[in-house]
Amino acid sequence: MSDIINLNLFELVSNIKDKKVSSNEVTNAYIERSKKSKHLNSYNEETFDDALKKSKEFDSKPNFSKKLPGVPIAVKDLFCTKNVKTTASSKILNNFIPTYESTVTQNLWNEGAILLGKLNCDEFAMGSSNETSYFGNVVSPIDKNLVPGGSSGGSASALAAKLTPTTIGTDTGGSIRQPASFTGTVGLKPTYGSCSRYGIVAFASSLDQAGPMTKNVKDSALMLEVMSSFDNKDSTSIDFKRPSYSKDLSIDIKGKKIGIPKEYRVDGMSEEIEKLWEDGKNYLKNCGAEILDISLPHTKFALPTYYIVAPAEASSNLARYDGVKYGFRTEGKNLIDMYEKTRSEGFGEEVKRRIMIGTYVLSSGYYDAYYLKAQKVRRLIKNDFNDAFQIVDAILTPSTPSSAFKIGEKLNDPVSMYLNDIFTVPVNLAGLPGISIPAGLDRKGYPLGLQIIGKPFDEQNILNIAYSMEDKINFKFDAKDWWMK
Amino acid sequence: MDEVSKKKEYLIDRNGKKYEVVIGLEVHAQVLSESKLFSTSPTKFGAEANTQVSLVDAAFPGMLPVINEFCIKQAIKTGIGLNAKINNKSIFDRKNYFYADLPQGYQISQYKDPIVGEGSVVLDLTSGSKTVGIERLHLEQDAGKSIHDIDPKNTLVDLNRSGVALMEIVSKPDLRSPEEVNAYVKKLRSIMRYLGTCDGNMQEGSLRADVNVSVRKQGEDKYGTRCEIKNVNSIKFMQMAIVHEANRQVDILEEGGKIDQETRLFDTKKNETRSMRSKEDAHDYRYFPDPDLLPLEFDNAYVEKIRKEIPELPDEKKSRFIEKFNLSSYEANILVSDLDTSKYFEEVIKNSDVKNSANWITGELFALLNDKNLEITESPISAKNLSNLINLIKDGTISGKIAKTVFELMSDGDKNPIDVVREKGLEQESNPKELEKLIEKVISENQDKVKEYKSGKEKLFGFFVGQAMKVSGGKANPQLVNEILKKKLK
Repeated sequence: MSDIINLNLFELVSNIKDKKVSSNEVTNAYIERSKKSKHLNSYNEETFDDALKKSKEFDSKPNFSKKLPGVPIAVKDLFCTKNVKTTASSKILNNFIPTYESTVTQNLWNEGAILLGKLNCDEFAMGSSNETSYFGNVVSPIDKNLVPGGSSGGSASALAAKLTPTTIGTDTGGSIRQPASFTGTVGLKPTYGSCSRYGIVAFASSLDQAGPMTKNVKDSALMLEVMSSFDNKDSTSIDFKRPSYSKDLSIDIKGKKIGIPKEYRVDGMSEEIEKLWEDGKNYLKNCGAEILDISLPHTKFALPTYYIVAPAEASSNLARYDGVKYGFRTEGKNLIDMYEKTRSEGFGEEVKRRIMIGTYVLSSGYYDAYYLKAQKVRRLIKNDFNDAFQIVDAILTPSTPSSAFKIGEKLNDPVSMYLNDIFTVPVNLAGLPGISIPAGLDRKGYPLGLQIIGKPFDEQNILNIAYSMEDKINFKFDAKDWWMK
Repeated sequence: MDEVSKKKEYLIDRNGKKYEVVIGLEVHAQVLSESKLFSTSPTKFGAEANTQVSLVDAAFPGMLPVINEFCIKQAIKTGIGLNAKINNKSIFDRKNYFYADLPQGYQISQYKDPIVGEGSVVLDLTSGSKTVGIERLHLEQDAGKSIHDIDPKNTLVDLNRSGVALMEIVSKPDLRSPEEVNAYVKKLRSIMRYLGTCDGNMQEGSLRADVNVSVRKQGEDKYGTRCEIKNVNSIKFMQMAIVHEANRQVDILEEGGKIDQETRLFDTKKNETRSMRSKEDAHDYRYFPDPDLLPLEFDNAYVEKIRKEIPELPDEKKSRFIEKFNLSSYEANILVSDLDTSKYFEEVIKNSDVKNSANWITGELFALLNDKNLEITESPISAKNLSNLINLIKDGTISGKIAKTVFELMSDGDKNPIDVVREKGLEQESNPKELEKLIEKVISENQDKVKEYKSGKEKLFGFFVGQAMKVSGGKANPQLVNEILKKKLK
């Protein structure tokens, strides 16, 4: 079956279940394609041999009652995987092999999935272009000059280039939705507390959330179903009844009220984005939804708030990488010297920048003005959404203020890079679910995404809305495999 | 401050000026718990290095803390024992600093919102009682241990202690002398042992303290600038450190100098404190709420349920002993200060007279334990056998004097005193006929003394008693000897 790689996850699963294709054939197809796609630099670590072995094991004793029977999946290199190198794309962890498995990846394996490899990302998930990785930047399959977005850039690139049938990422300020938007794929950030953070290298604990990246909405529903679980190893995991998202998926959104926040019409937003958004409203109307103008008055404070809260938590979360216990170390004259050398050499520029920002905003004398103030504003942003959800069922916004930018274009302009997260960051601050779906192409022919934001734990609702829009949008993009040798 | 003001004060006299010493303690008490504060690793003392360490304790990537509810209950219990306000909502913060034995790069502690608020402890001093205020109690993780003396070049780290739950109990600056510090630490330890929330074992580091010391001229209202002496691990060292530090401060003030607020270390070998870091060099710990943990919240019903599990505490027990058993405050204090002693006492008095039991325990038994350096739980004489011994005296089988001999013999393997008395033939001679014979012998052999006695030298009565006892080998019933002698010498 030469078109294995063109199947979406749902089709792939049913083909395996119907014995039209074996796990080994599928695994082989993705490995062959991955091997020819080194140019994209999507992988940090390939576990191909082990994947082939496991696929044979699956085929010899197939269990078709699993949700991901023998499906090979490459995952972001932020998830700790037992006996497989996990680096967070950082030099400081470049030799780290966990003896344990993250809950989310364990959930995948429990449902029959097989690890294909670990995917590149921004170092410690800090970045919006996958250019901060110690293992080099990732190239977008959309165009040879484009970034795939970030931080889950390797995941987006591998998915869009069909090197994996589905993947998972993490989203702290947009790290799933922005690269999904840049690469014409679907990315879902679940409600904070839906997917366990156990075994995921932490960036900003109060914002981090794992989620699926898929070819279509239905695949995301299936993946979320598998990934999400209550986990007593994560104190912020929430025990709620998790629906069968894929089974309950419906295009019937008649009478749903969708809010359009006026504050998301930012200065200098391109006409293309305006039009995309307008088209989105029309699709929704055509599906029988009602469009309402709403206000989220504190939106403009979201980005500065995020860039205080996230670095503050990161500065503390990354303190454990000190060269003492595991990972990279540079010897020094004494303990302090060892710390300074190890951390200076082990961390990249962007990570160091954020550690410094975070350390600053938590320092005595600055704490109240920055960190504490940011926490208060965060509460206001949350309240804005709470108020809006008194009136509407979901909110529609663009996923990003522009399409993918060029490699190197924003690398030396951190503020412009940070501005890319302007529509995604408020969702993390409020702990809400958000999904980005491909909605069209700009005039350069690059994909653009729309974001649907839901109430806490209302993933089913935003999946349904996305599903019905997907049906109307009928997005198509063929990258023509230009990178393959 | 209760009755203490009229008692003798602890003051430092210098050039005719009297200085008062003001002391506050931050006691770090290890929570008695099978597992750590945020992980399931065991907490057993003395295990081989790095064998009680989980991925969470060693701060591996992606590892998350999960609150051990048992430790929360222990802290609440301790709060109740300190008559303190229990806070229904408290927050765990991160205290950020780098050190090799701090794997996370931060310690999880409670900063602004501790689990326990203000409370108080009553001290029993020789001069009377005194109430000491408790500022707060909060939970925090212990760090690991850096070992500098095994490898000549490297420092080794043992993470067994990393993540173990500690209660930091902060007193108000209400203590005024080394004696009060001694009483305070002992009282805290006693309360926590009663509650089973801390074993109070200072040798194993289960109880240590940071000691804040300042001085001021007698009669002044304003506190002086304080210095904090870090991590002192015995009461004796605390007292030595306070004496040294207070005198050092007085010397500076007398020379016209000014005290710098700083953290100091106590050198136990040189018996002096020395500067560790000044206020300016103090760490900026960048405290902020730990985003891995939700605020700790529980309702009053939860606290009330725990309150029901609180056993009788030393102060209540003392009152009961005084009221019910008619013991003196002093005796009651000695018997209740240690839970095991009070248990032993209550076991003995099940079958024996209270007053005699108290006397034997605080007298002979304590001397024996002290001599052999044993805890009362390791006592070579069980409560049951001590009770038997006391009853043998009471029913006249042996005399009080012989009892001391029997007590000594019993200590060799917890022998039953009834057997000892029988084997050694130590029963008291209470047969009046035998005693009369014996006394007649004494009288006939000491006719000159009899004359003297009869001519008015009544003091000699004791001589006859002594002789009678001697002849009987100490076994004669002294009461009967008295009676018979009186009759015979009339």
